[in-house]
Amino acid sequence: MQCVVTGGNVKVLAKAIHSLSRIGEELYVEPQKDGVSCCATVRNTITSSCHLALRSVNSSRSAYACFLFAPLFFSRYSIPNGKDFRCKIAIKSVQSVFRSVATLEKTVEKCHIELDEENDRLTFTLHCKHGLLKTHNLSYQDSESLQAMFDKDACTTNFRVNPRVLVDTVAHFPPSLEEVTVTVSDERMWVRNYVEDETERSKAMLTELCLASDEFDHFVVKAHNSFTFCLKELRGLLVFAESNNLPVSMYFKEPGCPVVLSVTDSVMEGNFVLATLSDGSSPPKNKSKGAHTQQSLPPDDFMNDDMDSYLIAMDTSVASSAAEPPASTLTDPCTSKLPEANHKTRTHSEEEEEEEVADGPDRPPNKKFRSLFFGSVLPPSPQMSTQPVTTQEVLASDSEDES
Amino acid sequence: MRFRGKIVDVACLNHFTRVVTTISKLTKTCVLRLNPDKLFFVLSGKVANGGVGMWCELSQANFFDEYQMEGFNPENNEICLEVAPENLSRALKTVQNAKSVKVKLTKKHCPCLTVSAELPTMSSISRVVTHDVPVDVIPTRLWHELKEPSMPDFDVSIYLPPLKTIKNVVDRMKNLSNFLVIEANMNGKMNLKIETDLVSVSTHFRDLGNPPSGDGASQDGSPTRDPHSMAEVRVDIRKLQQFLVGQQVNPSKSMCNIVHQSVVHLILLHEDVSLQYFIPSVA
Repeated sequence: MQCVVTGGNVKVLAKAIHSLSRIGEELYVEPQKDGVSCCATVRNTITSSCHLALRSVNSSRSAYACFLFAPLFFSRYSIPNGKDFRCKIAIKSVQSVFRSVATLEKTVEKCHIELDEENDRLTFTLHCKHGLLKTHNLSYQDSESLQAMFDKDACTTNFRVNPRVLVDTVAHFPPSLEEVTVTVSDERMWVRNYVEDETERSKAMLTELCLASDEFDHFVVKAHNSFTFCLKELRGLLVFAESNNLPVSMYFKEPGCPVVLSVTDSVMEGNFVLATLSDGSSPPKNKSKGAHTQQSLPPDDFMNDDMDSYLIAMDTSVASSAAEPPASTLTDPCTSKLPEANHKTRTHSEEEEEEEVADGPDRPPNKKFRSLFFGSVLPPSPQMSTQPVTTQEVLASDSEDES
Repeated sequence: MRFRGKIVDVACLNHFTRVVTTISKLTKTCVLRLNPDKLFFVLSGKVANGGVGMWCELSQANFFDEYQMEGFNPENNEICLEVAPENLSRALKTVQNAKSVKVKLTKKHCPCLTVSAELPTMSSISRVVTHDVPVDVIPTRLWHELKEPSMPDFDVSIYLPPLKTIKNVVDRMKNLSNFLVIEANMNGKMNLKIETDLVSVSTHFRDLGNPPSGDGASQDGSPTRDPHSMAEVRVDIRKLQQFLVGQQVNPSKSMCNIVHQSVVHLILLHEDVSLQYFIPSVA
């Protein structure tokens, strides 16, 4: 395999890798061969079959990202004939090749990526100014194919927006914030931070931002819904989108089903698939932030800020705070909330349980974000064979035969 | 109890945010006291705080374009809330480019100070952001702890050198010792000293000037003090450093009062904000 990236595209590639590093620890590299792209797109389908896929997934399999680069992205692109090639590399190693994007921009003219199969290495050679060559030999491991199944066409709710809007929105939340809840209605989108614990709720600061549909290039909502997902993983995509000035599209179906965020241009497509919390709550009705009050600017009604009712309660036992309806275990086939919940999905649940142990200490306990969308590809194991293959409208059919 | 304030002017918003940010660097939690004319950020010098006390006073008219409040009852027309200034600071920092910012006392899942702002957008409809900062209402029976601390019978009162200079000195000294001695006299001299087994370091400031005596409520009634004699206080260096780290704006006046071997009282005056900070001495 040999690819050559030149000029400004080196920076694009570098940024893509940095984005992927926000998701997982390993970079999966796979030159696609087939005519069928597994990341079906509504528009700008990269039908040309031989594109290069760079993917990553997090340890709890609740976040997945994939960048597809068409042959036109490269100034030269040739892939090994015959057998499928795929590998995975520690993403930190690849990041170190493209470490400083600013320097890359100024000094690197070309980047050669070559496969050295005898030594199990991918060689990255940066051709820099003044004839300088920087060669990085990165060892890879053979890997399983990593493909998430998702169908954007089936997503009834979708948006497209300038990345600046999302970046500004996200700026209101602290960098440490894990999860956000996005609620949509016909004309509005609310983004608020998600606080898991009852106890935390009384101490945590709650932030909510309301965006009007006017701010979006495209805003289609079929059902009023809320979905909660991990913000940290999204930030990687936003940085990429903003630096390349590409609008971000969001596709969403219902809580529990993953939300897909993508950026595309003529030679490249990036998709981030993030699991969402399956809480079945409709847009919150108990808070004053309910849909109807936000249609117009909040009225200047002083009266609503009356504290008297609180004062009376102060000396007596205070009633428990108005709680969100507890996330119910839905029988929605998309749902897979807790390890012990009935896993009717097409995931390999036992696999997930084992993986939970592997979660690093800094990862939130993503029990609720059980991976929902991986229909592939690990070698058959005794558990797999007993898994019923469920029909699932969101899923494509079982992944290609791995032999 | 009700409170609602609105800030429209960008400079006022900026200034208010900087005040709150300074407070947030000084303490994790404090009391916000509101009365019809002023706002106070208060930290009472309890043992729990390491004896450190803080009193910050702002005149509301200098910041808010609209300000309405109703206190607990007509006799006690004030509101006292315990709040984490860091949250408030974070909320305010994100809305610096807002068309207007409202701060209200609300009851959401718990009593909150809600900061809501309209942000300018490309479209005709503004973006509305709301931050709910949880607060604890302080019952009236505890209000006596939140009174303005009386000016102590100080031995020496002296203007401070530029805060940045002191901060540089203190930062370096912190690496060597945990305790620092501040001493000064009524002749414009101040020394910052540390002493360990291995080394002693002192930094001398001269010609600082002393505020005119007769300043402040209670004054030392005893015979005139020898202007050259030093009053000193030995303090925990981290507390002093914490005070210095937070200062974002150069005050128009800065001074300190020293009660010999008891407490150092730092006073920073800006145009519309005054900040007092008490650091007790350690043995």
